[in-house]
Amino acid sequence: MSARGGQEDNMKIVVPIENETEDSNINPSLGRAPYYLLYDTETEAAEIIANTSKDSPSGAGVAAAQLMIDAGAEVLLTPRCGDRAYAALKGAGIKIMLLPSGTAKSGIAAYLEGGLSELDTVVKGHHGAH
Amino acid sequence: MRVAVFSGKGGTGKTMVSVNLAAVSRSAVYVDCDVEEPNGHLYFKPDGVVRETVTVLVPRADPERCDGCLECVRFCRFHALSYSLDRLMVFDDVCHSCGGCSVVCPREAISEHERGIGTVDTGRSGDVVVHTGTMDIGEAIGLPIIGRLLEKASAEDDDVFIDCPPGSSCMAMESIKDADFCILVSEPTVFGAHNLGMVAELARVFGKPVGAVLNKVIEGEEDPSERFCIENGIPILARIPFDLELGRLCSETTIASWADTGYERMFRDLLERITEAVG
Repeated sequence: MSARGGQEDNMKIVVPIENETEDSNINPSLGRAPYYLLYDTETEAAEIIANTSKDSPSGAGVAAAQLMIDAGAEVLLTPRCGDRAYAALKGAGIKIMLLPSGTAKSGIAAYLEGGLSELDTVVKGHHGAH
Repeated sequence: MRVAVFSGKGGTGKTMVSVNLAAVSRSAVYVDCDVEEPNGHLYFKPDGVVRETVTVLVPRADPERCDGCLECVRFCRFHALSYSLDRLMVFDDVCHSCGGCSVVCPREAISEHERGIGTVDTGRSGDVVVHTGTMDIGEAIGLPIIGRLLEKASAEDDDVFIDCPPGSSCMAMESIKDADFCILVSEPTVFGAHNLGMVAELARVFGKPVGAVLNKVIEGEEDPSERFCIENGIPILARIPFDLELGRLCSETTIASWADTGYERMFRDLLERITEAVG
């Protein structure tokens, strides 16, 4: 993954994933994904982070955003994003790119080649007081 | 006495029953706790309505004092807070106003501010005081509005009839928690009987005496809700027939027991049975 698609700086890319493996498929839910893959373009090392808030009754998206901010992520690849997580991530200056499906690895490669576009629609949060 | 009228399923006749019970009482208080879609006022058309705003407290951080220690973010179990780029972000609509963030903050950076989430309207229709709670559009948490409604109702001596939100969520729990008696309104469908079971269980957990009103009853036809009541020892207080005229009056937002002596008698009988049951 040497091609950078115009990205000069080293960066950390985060992707919500299904399984605790580096070649896992992405998970469709940002807040409820069981794991996140954090990829460092400088060291080319991938780290898997467990999502401790995946079963939270409320605000799982915000918790996920905080986890990504704390992990130092600069780019998020995701199929969808809730409005609150979007606000938190954007507030932290994290770039949010649309990755509809596939594995996290293929998504990261596609991003580094400049093949992904920015996520431009957010999902309205479905919070309930139930 | 305080009577909560509730049901698992929506559309079984909670509003019809609670509106008519209040209407046949000598003087009564009708409380519409169905704050997501209150409609009892359409029947009572109350006069002299006074509106008050219901507010909750939400946190705001002083950026001068906040040093980004994340104590509050970690504390909030509803994840209403996030911190990035030297700034605490608050998601007001997820906040449950517990105030914990301001307690755990070691730098006293968090203060609480009022935010409006809905209204309580109070008016009068004949001898009935009508309280209507309404959530603002886009809000998710209606509990403080229900709390305020019941607080206002408890200030009055007359019998109180509480029109509850459907289901067995925390909004339904809040609505029944101070009631002396719960009326379970059901309809003769499998869905109706299933959700009747859910609210019967809820009333049992809260230790409330219950009685059922079977609505839309078709003579000679199988009623799964009636079977549920018999099998579970729930007293049946009334059977309201599946009646075109009653349906027509309700759809025109007419109070049936004020318009027709037959319906007046039916709801008076029900009120009498409830009064006996409460003791």
